[in-house]
Amino acid sequence: MGLGDGRLRNRLRLGWVAVAAVPLLFIAYLFVYPVARILSIGLAELSLGSTGLEARLLRVGWFTVWQASASTALTLILAAPMTWAVSTYEFKGRRLATALVTVPFVLPTVVVGTAFVALGFRGSVWAILAAHVFFNVAVVVRTVSSLWSRIDPALLDAGRVLGASEWKVFRLVTLPLLKPAIAAAASIVFLFTFTSFGVVLILGGFQLATLEVEIYRQAVTLFDLPLAAALAIVQLLGVTGALYAYSRYQERRSVSWTLDSGTGRKRPAGRALTLVWLAVGSTLAILAAPIGVLVVRSGTADSYLRLVSDDPIAGSPIGSVGNSLLFAVISMTVAVVIGVMASAVITGRRGKLSRWFDLVLMLPLGTSAVTVGFGFIVALDWPVDIRATLWLVPLAHALVAVPFVVRSTVPTLRSIQPETREAARVLGASPWQVWRRIDLPIVSRAAFVGAGFAFVVSLGEFGATSFVARPNTATMPVMIFRLLERPGQASFGMAMALSVVLATLTAIVVLWLDRARVGDIGRF
Amino acid sequence: MLSVRDIDVVLDGSPILDQTSLEVADSEIVAVLGPSGSGKSTLLRAIAGLVAIQSGDIYWDGQSILDIPTHKRGFGLMFQGFALFPHLTVGDNVAFGLEMSGHERISDEVAEALEWVGLPGFEDRSISGLSGGEQQRVALARTLAPRPRLVMLDEPLGSLDRNLRERLVADTRTILDQRGVTAVVVTHDREEAVALADRLAIMHAGSIVQTGRLSEILDDPADTWVREFIS
Repeated sequence: MGLGDGRLRNRLRLGWVAVAAVPLLFIAYLFVYPVARILSIGLAELSLGSTGLEARLLRVGWFTVWQASASTALTLILAAPMTWAVSTYEFKGRRLATALVTVPFVLPTVVVGTAFVALGFRGSVWAILAAHVFFNVAVVVRTVSSLWSRIDPALLDAGRVLGASEWKVFRLVTLPLLKPAIAAAASIVFLFTFTSFGVVLILGGFQLATLEVEIYRQAVTLFDLPLAAALAIVQLLGVTGALYAYSRYQERRSVSWTLDSGTGRKRPAGRALTLVWLAVGSTLAILAAPIGVLVVRSGTADSYLRLVSDDPIAGSPIGSVGNSLLFAVISMTVAVVIGVMASAVITGRRGKLSRWFDLVLMLPLGTSAVTVGFGFIVALDWPVDIRATLWLVPLAHALVAVPFVVRSTVPTLRSIQPETREAARVLGASPWQVWRRIDLPIVSRAAFVGAGFAFVVSLGEFGATSFVARPNTATMPVMIFRLLERPGQASFGMAMALSVVLATLTAIVVLWLDRARVGDIGRF
Repeated sequence: MLSVRDIDVVLDGSPILDQTSLEVADSEIVAVLGPSGSGKSTLLRAIAGLVAIQSGDIYWDGQSILDIPTHKRGFGLMFQGFALFPHLTVGDNVAFGLEMSGHERISDEVAEALEWVGLPGFEDRSISGLSGGEQQRVALARTLAPRPRLVMLDEPLGSLDRNLRERLVADTRTILDQRGVTAVVVTHDREEAVALADRLAIMHAGSIVQTGRLSEILDDPADTWVREFIS
């Protein structure tokens, strides 16, 4: 009874199924099915129990966990002074400092690897740890300070009135309140460093191999796919564990404290001012060093000029710039189309189903890029072999980028009041017209931001690309890696020059994104 | 002429409308008056086709409209919070319904509708820059512009402050009268109902319990609940 005729309802249901089917098929074919292939190959290898397998798994697995734990601990320690300064004090340049600390985080892994090579750090555990700290300081500073700056200052005053010294107030009041944020930041950093690939491959080589690097070595250089698959299973288990821990902390973090809106920051004076400048200045100086050295050293020995000439062995560096830009445009387009469709389904108020859908789409982000790339080469020969086509690289990038598009468009779609759509219906808009005239224009701004993320992700992606790129489809990160692998000062110069080009392109898009998002506030 | 006959609506397992009936003659303005939670808004949403009804029927000029989807019913509904499209200008908001029904000379129609509500020349303003009273007028213009055969207003002044309400009640009545529209106005405020409508329909717990002019209801209330509610 009621609510329009049955034909329209059937058509609507058909339309919904069609819209849901596209992202589902995308994720099923490019992610779920390849991972299933890895599992079946790897489990067979594990049950076979070839000689020395266990010892090797243990050795690599142990190093992976060890370096991730050490990186996380070091990151927490080194990020502490800066976090303290920007959380408790309001000073000139605080926003700028917070923005600058984020720069390393958005740099492509290969650029960071090259920068540390330029610093002279190569082939040691310390190089890997230093690069991981460089990358992840921003995660700690941003995650922890967003909570710290909102702790009600009255709580701290209460502690002081009760006779606690500054140190005791910190230890007994502030630190326990910050625990969930610290734990969340630590689990993200652990996850990032556990799955870190480009940095470890460049700085550690095969001698200091993590699971990711070992999967790459077995699959790409030794063609031992079963062993690689067995390693990938261990890797998946580790990632799942880290994600589980993170989601537990996330849940607990959503318990609201007595937070205020962030007015608790004081103006520093006297000794505090000196300490603030010392904390911020030294952190930024340490972070700036690798980038500065990279830029300066890249400018010597006409490295930039060499980029334009064809290299007989590594291929054409300037061609890789073209490849990267082309693939970035294609994968951005695919990711936006798939991501917006997925967001429409997720926000289509269907309760449980939509939450489940949301989770499935986040999977590629949670697992590692190496798993994505490895899955492509073991699985995408069915139903037709697409592994030799040009599509492989952009599809891998799109898969990794879809979650970014979904994350930027879902909140906007959720913010549309149901009455807004109902008003359009009453005014004579059919369901399709409601989507085209209301949802689409409102979501398009957020989709632009998502598209920018997708573009940056594609430009810097190395893990999956290193598996699927062919000689003629090398992207900038792949080309930089090839140049680094070759002996000689000339190729190293070219690697540095290409890294600077890649970093500059990334920075331009990120800056544009930042401005677009600021413009968003208060627009609707 | 609108005729609602014995409709039942159940939302999330709880009955909201219970054997509700209502008749509205051509060019008549009826106010549905009742406390909050009595099902007034749901009645409008059922007439508009935004909620499914479990039983009963709704007729327009003797024809059942249950099988006609919302966007083809040709009714107008002004929402309580106005539900203006945040991404469109004032002019594009008012033009929306005209575009959907394929009107010609849309910009002239938009200008005329904005003149009715006392906002001439507001076409290029953005929604976020409007005051509450201006938003109410734009919502009214958007509802009236496509000349719907039935106009429904859900607490048309409910979200505005008291001073503004008193001024806008009279304006709204004048605008409705000049268009000669058939209208159902939902409100919880007796003064507003009397000022806006020719006839009242008292709603209680999902049913229309009494209809008539205010004086008739005051003279002969259907039961003790109506007597207490209306006085």
